[in-house]
Amino acid sequence: MTPLMAHYIRPEVIAYACFGLVLLLVFAGALIAVIPRNIIYNVFGLATSLIGVAGLFIFLGSEFLALMEVLIYVGAIAIAIVFAIMLSQPMHLQIPPRWRPKVIFSLAVSAVVFVSFGVLVAHTDWQAAAVRGGGWRVRRLGELLLTRYELAFELISLVLLVAIIGAVITAAALSRSQAGREEEGA
Amino acid sequence: MNSLTVYLVAALLLFCIGLFGLLQRRSLIGMLISIELMLNAAGINFLAFNRFLAPDPAVGQILVLFVMGIAAAEAAIALSLILALFRRLRSINIEQARDLRG
Repeated sequence: MTPLMAHYIRPEVIAYACFGLVLLLVFAGALIAVIPRNIIYNVFGLATSLIGVAGLFIFLGSEFLALMEVLIYVGAIAIAIVFAIMLSQPMHLQIPPRWRPKVIFSLAVSAVVFVSFGVLVAHTDWQAAAVRGGGWRVRRLGELLLTRYELAFELISLVLLVAIIGAVITAAALSRSQAGREEEGA
Repeated sequence: MNSLTVYLVAALLLFCIGLFGLLQRRSLIGMLISIELMLNAAGINFLAFNRFLAPDPAVGQILVLFVMGIAAAEAAIALSLILALFRRLRSINIEQARDLRG
């Protein structure tokens, strides 16, 4: 290995390159998720962006959350959206072209939000907590979830159960009774 | 790569892209996708504060887990509502869904 190559293959250079790659994934995916009019492209852009967010979680020191991000978002939510697209078949519908003032106003609003929060971030003097303890390990997460945060944990599982039952009722039973009523009416 | 500001600005940019999509899309599924982007920006913020400032680094991870659980419930409900709306209107364009008549 020549000295020049050794100069470029230092660990921190590789880490910076990976960080840039992850940021590229996040933002390219987000733009693909928002801009194209084909909804399938949007879903794949969302999946790309979320994989990038999982990479950011690894850089922030939480491999467990990166795994959960890929499992829950990419594995479950993106696939559920693909199923909804297949079931509602919006692909063949004629979409009228975008109304240009709406796009411009949306850009203006998000630019204002970006600038104001950016100023806020730049001008705040963040103070780290004096004492830092605990630990990053998954074991500690599990202990906290079953002791200090047990009520919230159980409530979230209840919310998920109710949401799933409600989703089934809304998507299947309700619309079937309405379809039956429309057929009776016709 | 190792400062709080980088992550905060990245999350802010992701949030603003999501906000732009939410305001500008008319397809309900497109709006749902934008909302997921915004929720993820919030998650990045939680973990960044957790990594650099918080006294106990487990708490931020638990908060992000809760956000993911709520996001899953929200996606399930939203997709079933979109399906019900599509069966009724034959469209998922929100400009078609403009009356409250039962």
